[in-house]
Amino acid sequence: MAFDYDKYLRPGKLPHIWCPGCGHGIAMKGLIRAIDACGLEKNNTAIVSGIGCASRLPGYVDFNTLHTAHGRAAAFATGVKMAKPEMNVIVVGGDGDGTAIGGNHFIHACRRNIDMTYVIFNNSIYGMTGGQFSPCTPTGAKASTTVYGNPDPTFDISKLAIGAGATFVARTTAFHATQIDKLIAEGIKHKGMAVIEVLDDCPTTYGRRNKFRSVVDMMKRLKDIAVPVAAASKMTAEQLEGKVLTGVLYKEEKPEYTQQYAKVIAKAQGA
Amino acid sequence: MSSPRVEVIERYCKGCSICVEFCPTKVLEMDAFLVKVAKPEACIACMQCELRCPDFAIKVFKD
Amino acid sequence: MAKKVALLQGNEACAQGALYAGCKFFGGYPITPSTEVAEVLSVELPKVGGKFIQMEDEIGAMASVIGASLTGSKVLTATSGPGVSLKQELIGYACIAEVPCVIINVMRGGPSTGMPTGPGQSDVQQAKWGTHGDHAAIALVPASCQEIFSETVRAFNLAEKYRMPVQVLFDEIVGHSRERIEFPEPGELEVIDRQTPTVAPEQYKPYDTSFGDVPPLAAFGSGYRFHVTGLNKAQDGFPTTKASLVDDEQRRQLRKVDAAQAEIEKNEEYLTDDAEVVIFAYGSTSRSARYAVNELRKEGIKAGLFRPITLWPFPEKRVAELAKKAKAIVVPEMNLGQMVLEVERVAKGDCKIGFLGRVDGEPINPGQIIAKVKEVK
Repeated sequence: MAFDYDKYLRPGKLPHIWCPGCGHGIAMKGLIRAIDACGLEKNNTAIVSGIGCASRLPGYVDFNTLHTAHGRAAAFATGVKMAKPEMNVIVVGGDGDGTAIGGNHFIHACRRNIDMTYVIFNNSIYGMTGGQFSPCTPTGAKASTTVYGNPDPTFDISKLAIGAGATFVARTTAFHATQIDKLIAEGIKHKGMAVIEVLDDCPTTYGRRNKFRSVVDMMKRLKDIAVPVAAASKMTAEQLEGKVLTGVLYKEEKPEYTQQYAKVIAKAQGA
Repeated sequence: MSSPRVEVIERYCKGCSICVEFCPTKVLEMDAFLVKVAKPEACIACMQCELRCPDFAIKVFKD
Repeated sequence: MAKKVALLQGNEACAQGALYAGCKFFGGYPITPSTEVAEVLSVELPKVGGKFIQMEDEIGAMASVIGASLTGSKVLTATSGPGVSLKQELIGYACIAEVPCVIINVMRGGPSTGMPTGPGQSDVQQAKWGTHGDHAAIALVPASCQEIFSETVRAFNLAEKYRMPVQVLFDEIVGHSRERIEFPEPGELEVIDRQTPTVAPEQYKPYDTSFGDVPPLAAFGSGYRFHVTGLNKAQDGFPTTKASLVDDEQRRQLRKVDAAQAEIEKNEEYLTDDAEVVIFAYGSTSRSARYAVNELRKEGIKAGLFRPITLWPFPEKRVAELAKKAKAIVVPEMNLGQMVLEVERVAKGDCKIGFLGRVDGEPINPGQIIAKVKEVK
């Protein structure tokens, strides 16, 4: 039987706004399958986003949904989770939203190790505004504001998350559709800050400027650059040139923030 | 056992052609700007098309 | 039974007022001269099962309180001018999404870092116009520790009742003054909770105007699943660009405050009945003004004091009446001419307007006000 996405979609909201071949839809489907696999109750789940293409996701899904301001999703989500720790809190958004304008909120949510799942759709561009370079645009790549080639170095979101203190960090791509739900599900089950980076593509504003002939070419590139963590350990630095590691990159059990705060409450109340 | 069935929801399909490309048995074809099920009998229900359709436009029914 | 009495700093009284109102969540960021509000609540909130979080920045603090409010909590953040500047983005979000929250601004000088430990009253127009776009604003300006307590309670009531951000502004002088305050008994001051939906979850629309201009607000996790966005939205909460729907919603959000002005407005008048010169003053400046009125009366000058406690919406009707009755209105404020613009707008030339501004980090003293009144009258 085909997976029943309709159970989680708000009626009448599709088709979504994303362009033909945009990987966000693939990642969104993975997220829905992960939520289903984890058995999260709709009433008890909040999906929070910022601004940008990926951040339009909450409007389509039937949960408590919060489409906030540019970059602020993690901070809104922190308020939701702190006020109601029993809720499952999932954040979605793009690379520019999460690591540029929202970089501070992102790293501090990681540092607190607050129990939320942050799915970051990394298409390495600001798509909604027409293709300006983001902190994740490859050096040398073309964007509407880097027509001479991007002079900026790039963020490695997963390393950023690990460095900031997230206790579950994983990466996959829009090509690896079944891995998306498996990793998100593992992130949801993880107690603490889970960051799942999904590399995907913006054919409209990135692909056409960077000589990808088609959506399919971009998908094939995702397939080619991905190297599972286990396989990478047997490869040389030379072989890993231009590749990205996929799978669970980091996992650690550490005290979770709302549980730590529950101890504050107990102490304040003289327990 | 009946063969799998592939369904394209045309009002959702944006014609990106990802499904056509990654179908290992060439069940799907582009028909102008939309996808059509050209060889339904060839479907092996591998789900590659459904999983990678960004637009919720393909459903594969196994039985 | 004797009431509980304490010697409290204005900032501490503010925190106590928040607790009285049922505040259960504080998200903040340290900033002088407001920090004591956060410090007290970091101690007191967990005692009542509430939550305190020190966020990574002012914007994050504002975001956290809006997020918490959507789960049904009464929420507070406290800051000063530079922090309010940073929060403007999300104050606008709370306006359009109609999320109750209270923002304390303990005013210092400005612009920018200005004089962190000195008083100012230069954020009063910011309280109305700070965030972009058309929006309603409610701002309260208490002038004593006791009033900071009661106006903080009222700020929560207005935020919850009208589903919007409410700002409480007091200058550093009031925030850091220590005064005797009497704690109201539980039930003595009115405490209002937001209206929650009575319809079935399937029928719930977060901006349903069939319940009036302030639609009921469900809490996340209560079984009512709905969408919240900072985009222009229709009554069902989903984004729209349909002209008529956008227009309706924008106008309703202003109307809900306009229509309730009589209820929201709060002023104190002292000897204005026969006053030839009315001093329009708020916050700590109003205390100098009151002293000046008494001194001027001793000299036979019929002075009076009009003290707005609700600064926004502006008390247009009453100020217009006073402008018709009095020969002059004198506006002393610790800025270079902000509320005087409103007084001039409303007075429409019916009387003389005198302005006294001070921005050197020192309070306006009665002598300055007396001199200005004599000059203008």
